[in-house]
Amino acid sequence: MSTTATHAPAHDDHHNAPTGIVRWLTTTNHKDIGTMYLLFALLMFFVGGAMALIIRLELFQPGLQYVQPEFFNQMTTMHALIMIFGAVMPAFVGLANWMIPLQIGAPDMALPRMNNFSFWILPFAFTLLLSTLFMPGGAPASGWTLYPPLVQQTGDALPFVILAIHLMGISSIMGAINVVVTIMNMRAPGMTLLKMPLFTWTWLITAYLLIAVMPVLAGAVTMLLTDQFFGTTFFHAAGGGDPVMYQHIFWFFGHPEVYIMILPAFGIISEIIPTFARKPLFGYDAMVYATASIAFLSFIVWAHHMFTVGMPLAGQLFFMFATMLIAVPTGVKVFNWTATMWRGAMSFETPMLFAIAFLFLFTIGGFSGLMLSIVPADYQYHDSYFVVAHFHYVLVPGAVFAIMAGVYYWLPKWTGHMYDETLGKIHFWLSVIGVNVTFFPQHFLGLAGMPRRIPDYATQFANFNMMSSIGAFIFGLSQLMFVYIIFKAIRGGAKATAEVWDSPKGLEWTVPSPAPHHTFDEAPQVK
Amino acid sequence: MAHAPGKYYVPHGSWWPIVGSIGLFVLMLGAANALNGSGFGWPAFVGLGIVLFMFFGWFRDVIRESVAGYYSAQVDRSFRQGMIWFIFSEVMFFAAFFGALFYARTLAVPWLGGEGVGFFTNLLLWDGFEAGWPTDGPANVGGEFTPIGPLGLPAINTAILLTSGVTLTIAHHALRDGKRATLLGFLGATWLLGFIFLGLQAYEYVELYRDYNLRLDTGIYGSTFFMLTGFHGFHVALGALMLVVVWLRCVKGHFTPKQHFAFEATAWYWHFVDVVWLGLYLFVYWF
Ligand code: HEM
Ligand SMILES: [Cu+2]
Repeated sequence: MSTTATHAPAHDDHHNAPTGIVRWLTTTNHKDIGTMYLLFALLMFFVGGAMALIIRLELFQPGLQYVQPEFFNQMTTMHALIMIFGAVMPAFVGLANWMIPLQIGAPDMALPRMNNFSFWILPFAFTLLLSTLFMPGGAPASGWTLYPPLVQQTGDALPFVILAIHLMGISSIMGAINVVVTIMNMRAPGMTLLKMPLFTWTWLITAYLLIAVMPVLAGAVTMLLTDQFFGTTFFHAAGGGDPVMYQHIFWFFGHPEVYIMILPAFGIISEIIPTFARKPLFGYDAMVYATASIAFLSFIVWAHHMFTVGMPLAGQLFFMFATMLIAVPTGVKVFNWTATMWRGAMSFETPMLFAIAFLFLFTIGGFSGLMLSIVPADYQYHDSYFVVAHFHYVLVPGAVFAIMAGVYYWLPKWTGHMYDETLGKIHFWLSVIGVNVTFFPQHFLGLAGMPRRIPDYATQFANFNMMSSIGAFIFGLSQLMFVYIIFKAIRGGAKATAEVWDSPKGLEWTVPSPAPHHTFDEAPQVK
Repeated sequence: MAHAPGKYYVPHGSWWPIVGSIGLFVLMLGAANALNGSGFGWPAFVGLGIVLFMFFGWFRDVIRESVAGYYSAQVDRSFRQGMIWFIFSEVMFFAAFFGALFYARTLAVPWLGGEGVGFFTNLLLWDGFEAGWPTDGPANVGGEFTPIGPLGLPAINTAILLTSGVTLTIAHHALRDGKRATLLGFLGATWLLGFIFLGLQAYEYVELYRDYNLRLDTGIYGSTFFMLTGFHGFHVALGALMLVVVWLRCVKGHFTPKQHFAFEATAWYWHFVDVVWLGLYLFVYWF
């Protein structure tokens, strides 16, 4: 994306900068590393997406058509692991790498070599994970949550998944430490905490979440490993352990993890809506405090994933009310975004379209979450397609749309070229239609009792499943447009100005487009 | 590597990250194969070697840059904050295992014994099992064993670690006051105490396996005991190694009374290991 040709003449301190593959292997530049993260995420988005299409292909009709049930379960498991750890998280880290130093006026990330280490671990981790597809016993088929005792029936894949997760964890923790240190230590003079752009703010809080919970996931899967291979009984009742204990430890990680995937999305949306409504963000401080309270609450709601496994009544009540409480700061956010648009001079370029779709569709996901948080209702919904609909609404038109909005919003800054607006709009409309056709019917399927993670179903579910599969193919195929649009903008297109948009706020718009290889060597003054 | 004074030092190009990534990959590949019982486990050692090589080379670069004076106060702060958050992540890793211990002791085992919602579990599945701690579960996984109390070796080890915390602090003060002999003596004593701790811990493990029949697979008690003390011991080993390196660097005169981040980072790490031990001593050995 940013090529060596963009070096400002002032930078003569790396006349011998390596080119070709060596440049990417040894780079310490936040823009290079951000680019690698984003491209890696894009690749994984398609790998995980292919698996999703296999799932939807099998579910197009009742009965078993194309794949074996075992393989179907491997697909659901791998799809989730790849999308979460390979696509959504690395995409956000890529955006953080590119934009945080630009937004706070820093010359680079605080720990540049470690930054590159965080990235390069990932391709190897996913090589390990994907290699399990070709092993005796196949890939893990227990679902991404890896619950024992089911997961203990995995074949040769088990140690590979677990060690791959360890690698991803190491990568995430190092990446998160880098983000925290960069934001706490590298801000330009005058850039006080409460002047930071919201994308930076939400990432700061996300990074804290990551540092706090990735090690807990590491602990949980380590216990799985020793239970399997070294005779410990953490999760075996016979030895005094408890499989439910795994679920507690896992979800202590897992619930904050879902917020790790949505808080940076909130940040992106909070950048885009003010730009295209041509108004300052409504309630900036409230946004910051709402983000912080969501992060805090995310640590005390984990057992809402476990209402049906058996839990004392007091626990159920506590986790139900704590979960409902999250709707309050989330509501504050939705209100503020709406209020920002109120009487704004709005225009609807592609980033804004994705942002508005986010606003509506994420809210639907939030509402279904609220329904799920009601214990007696969850007894019905749990492990049904209703849950699948819920988390796909928050993750696809939520997290993924926000990533796409961010990519469209900042692509001109990265490449120096405007993307093709017409194609962008077509991509948007196909995506938004595809997503809703895919996931909205899944609410009905779930309410009618169709269980999740199953390759076959009763015939009364046939119509909605067919609809859902058609939507999935519309959505999946239209993402090819996204790739086309991105590479088209990399290779050429209308020249972007430094500001790109109509007077957007933030330091990133004060540097030329494309952003030179080194920016803010001299710290800017922020008033 | 040109570097303008007064600016934040951004190193240009380093091979270590990719070397480390390959090392980790080979390590994990070998380890996974070994666990599956295939003969292709040896790459784990190769991978470990590469990772150690990476640490060595990477830190060598950092030390050279530091000695060359590239690091401003701001860079120093980055390292400090990075270390603090790294230690925090380690705390959370231990928290997972402490969490498992508390959950098993206060919930899982009593439920198996029939308390509260566990009434039918106990009646129908584990009739006759009485909850208590320590336990190897209703099926007596691992057979009869003798638990280990807080006195004797564990108490001595506690004293050793606490003492090492004190000697380390004395060494730090000596460094700040420029008293070289005291620094080297007390820092040397610190890592020596660390290794003595490890030796005693190893001896304790041998005793437990041989005479107490207390093993990693002795039900939930053995699981939590050995995983907690084992990971702690691993961290002591790392910390002691770090102390040796810092000691060697003191011998070489790398540190000034004002600038000695590596010393301080290692000291924080050592205190962290110390505090984890106190938690262990209280909740694993004592109560
Ligand atoms: C108002 C906010 C939210 C509430 C009240 C909420 C509530 C819930 C509840 C109660 C469940 C468990 C359902 C069950 O398994 O029976 C659940 C599942 C899930 N939620 Fe949410 N949620 C919210 C927001 C989010 C967000 C923002 C994300 C991610 C970006 C998310 C991702 C997920 C995922 C991935 C699952 C399924 C996990 C699995 O079992 O595989 N949720 N949610
Ligand atoms: Cu949750």
